[in-house]
Amino acid sequence: MKILVCISNVPDTTTKVTFTEGNTQFNNTGVQYIINPYDELSLTKALELTEAQGGTVTVINVGLVDTEANIRKALAIGAHDAIRINATPVDAYYVAEQIAEVAKNGGYDIVMTGRESIDYNSGQVCGLLAEMLGWPGINVITKIDIEDGKAICERDIDGGKEKVSCPLPCVISAQKELTEPRIPNMRGIMAARSKPLQVLEPTSNEPYTKISVYEMPPAKSSCKMIDAANAGQLIDLLHNEAKVI
Amino acid sequence: MNVLVFAEHIDGSFKKSTFEAISYAKAITGTSSVTAVVIGEIDSSKLSELGKYGASKVLHNSQALYNTFDGAAYASIIASAAQKEQARVLVISNSYCGKNIAPRVAVKLKAGIVSGVVSLPKIDGTSFIVRKPVFSGKGLADVAIETDIKILAITPNSYQLNESPTDAAIENIQSDAQPACQSMEIKRVTGKIPLTEAEIVVSGGRGWKGPENWGMIEELAQILGGATACSKPVSDMHWRGHEEHVGQTGITIKPNLYIATGISGAIQHLAGVSSSKVIVVINKDPEAPFFKAADYGIVGDVFEVMPQIIDAAKKFKASSN
Ligand SMILES: Cc1cc2nc3c(=O)[nH]c(=O)nc-3n(C[C@H](O)[C@H](O)[C@H](O)COP(=O)(O)OP(=O)(O)OC[C@H]3O[C@@H](n4cnc5c(N)ncnc54)[C@H](O)[C@@H]3O)c2cc1C
Ligand SMILES: Nc1ncnc2c1ncn2[C@@H]1O[C@H](COP(=O)(O)O)[C@@H](O)[C@H]1O
Repeated sequence: MKILVCISNVPDTTTKVTFTEGNTQFNNTGVQYIINPYDELSLTKALELTEAQGGTVTVINVGLVDTEANIRKALAIGAHDAIRINATPVDAYYVAEQIAEVAKNGGYDIVMTGRESIDYNSGQVCGLLAEMLGWPGINVITKIDIEDGKAICERDIDGGKEKVSCPLPCVISAQKELTEPRIPNMRGIMAARSKPLQVLEPTSNEPYTKISVYEMPPAKSSCKMIDAANAGQLIDLLHNEAKVI
Repeated sequence: MNVLVFAEHIDGSFKKSTFEAISYAKAITGTSSVTAVVIGEIDSSKLSELGKYGASKVLHNSQALYNTFDGAAYASIIASAAQKEQARVLVISNSYCGKNIAPRVAVKLKAGIVSGVVSLPKIDGTSFIVRKPVFSGKGLADVAIETDIKILAITPNSYQLNESPTDAAIENIQSDAQPACQSMEIKRVTGKIPLTEAEIVVSGGRGWKGPENWGMIEELAQILGGATACSKPVSDMHWRGHEEHVGQTGITIKPNLYIATGISGAIQHLAGVSSSKVIVVINKDPEAPFFKAADYGIVGDVFEVMPQIIDAAKKFKASSN
C-alpha cells in the first residue's frame, strides 16, 4: 500500500491573528507554524494502515523552504519520505493542481488530506484532487479500514454518519476521531534527518481566486452583566432586546 | 446573470440551508433566472417549494441510482446542468455533501471557488468579490474570483430566507454518470437539529464536571429549539460526541444565539463561535476570557444559574404559545 499524505503548514492555534500592509497580508511576525492538526491525524492513520499491511507513506507539502521544519517533523513521526513543491500556496485550487501532478503517476493507493486547513478553512483540496485525478473521494471521514482492496469509511453527514465503500485508488479527508495524533520520539527525530526530502518546482498555473483585503471581525460592544440571583431575566432580554428567541 | 443552485434534500425534504441558498441566488440574479438542481427521488409537491424562494426552473434527476450520495456522480450532474443553463454563478450550501461536490464541480467547469461564503458578492464591472471568515473566524477576507464561472459554497445560517414566489417549471434530466462509492449504512440522529444548522446553540465546558450533568444543557436547548455543543476537552474526555465539539479544530458555527456555560473562552474555542450573532456567557470566574466576547454575561455557578434560566425559558415558551 502506497499512501500520499498532504500536509499544510499553518499558524499555531494560539496565534493572535493580525494583518499588515493595509490589511492585505497576514502578519506572520513571531508566528509559530505547526502541521495542520487534521493532517497529523491523516498521517498517523496512514502509518497505522501501512504498519498493518505493509507499504510506504510519503508526505507532500506545497510551500517555500521555511515549511521544511514541519516536513521533518512529519518524517520524525514516521513518514518514509517527503516531497516539497517549491511554491507559495496561493489558493486551494492551485495547491491541488501541484499535488495532482505528483499523485497522478505516483502509483498511490490512497491520497489523504485533512478536512480543512485551519488557516484559510477551504476544505477543498480533497474534492479538487479527487476530480483532477478522476478518483472517488470521501471527505470528513472518522474511520477507514481496507477490506478486499476497498476503503470502507465512515464519514460525517449532517446530523449523523454514513458508512461508505469506496474502490481504490481514492482520496479521503480526515476528521477528528479518525485516530489520535502521534508525537515524534527521539529515535524518529534522529531518523528523520536522513530521510529523503525531494524538492520539485511547481507547474506554473495562475490562481483563480485572490484575497483582496482582510478585516478583523467586528469587536463586541461591552458585555451586559446580569445578576446571578436574577438570572431568569436573561430570557426576557434575549426576547425583547436581542430579539433572538 | 444565470445562477444555478444545488438544492440538497435529506430523504425527500429540503433543508433550511437549501432555501437560504435559493434566496441568496435570487438576490444576485437580477432579472435572469434561478435554476435549482435536485438529485434523487422526491415528491413533486416538494419540488414546487423551491419556487417560493425564487427558483423559476427545477432540473430534477430522479434516477434511483442517485438516491444515495456519490460526490463524483453528483458533481457530474450539476456541472452538466450548469453548462446547459449557461450558469455564470453556482451556489452550493457548504454542508458535508456540499464540501465534497463543490470542488469537483469547480474542476469540471474550470471555475474559481470560495468556500464558507458569508456575504452576497460585490460585483463591479468584472470584479466579483465575496467575504469569508479565515483563521477559523479570527479574521475575515474579501476574496476576488477571477474566472468566468464562479462557485460559491455558502455557510448555512448566514443569509436570511426571502420569499419571492415564482412558479417553478419542473424539468426532468438524466445522467449516465456511474457512482463509484456505495453507501452501506446511514445513521442519523432523528429529532435533533444538526449543530451546523441550528439558530440557537447551548454549549457546555469542563465547568460541568461530568457527562451526567448534561441534562440541563439538553433541556435548555430543547426548550429553545436549539442544538447542543461542547468545548474540546469535553469531547476529548468522551463526555460528549466529537460531532458537538466547536472551535478552531472542531466545527465552526454561526448561530443567532450561542449560550456558553462553564467554558473559559480559550482562543481556539472562540475562533469557532465568535461570529455568532449574540453570545451569552455563564461562568463562575469573573475573569474568564469569554466575557470579553460576550453580549450578555452572568457571573455565577452553572448549577445555580441554569435552573433559573430553564425555568424562565419554560414560562416564556408557555406564554408565547
Ligand atoms: C491545537 C489545539 C486546538 C484546540 N482546539 C480547540 C477547539 O477547537 N475548541 C475548544 O473548545 N478548545 C480547543 N482547544 C483547547 C483550548 O485551548 C481550551 O483548553 C479549551 O477550550 C478549554 O475548555 P473549557 O473551557 O471547557 O475548560 P476549562 O478551560 O477548564 O474551563 C472551564 C471553565 O468553567 C468555569 N467553571 C468551572 N466550574 C464552574 C461552575 N460550577 N459554574 C460556572 N463556571 C464554572 C471555570 O471558571 C472555567 O472558566 C485547543 C487546544 C489546542 C492546543
Ligand atoms: N500547501 C499545502 N500543501 C500540502 N497540502 C495542503 C496544502 N494546503 C492544504 N493542503 C491539504 O488540504 C487539506 C485541506 O486544505 P484546504 O482545502 O486548503 O482547507 C489540508 O488539511 C491538507 O491536507
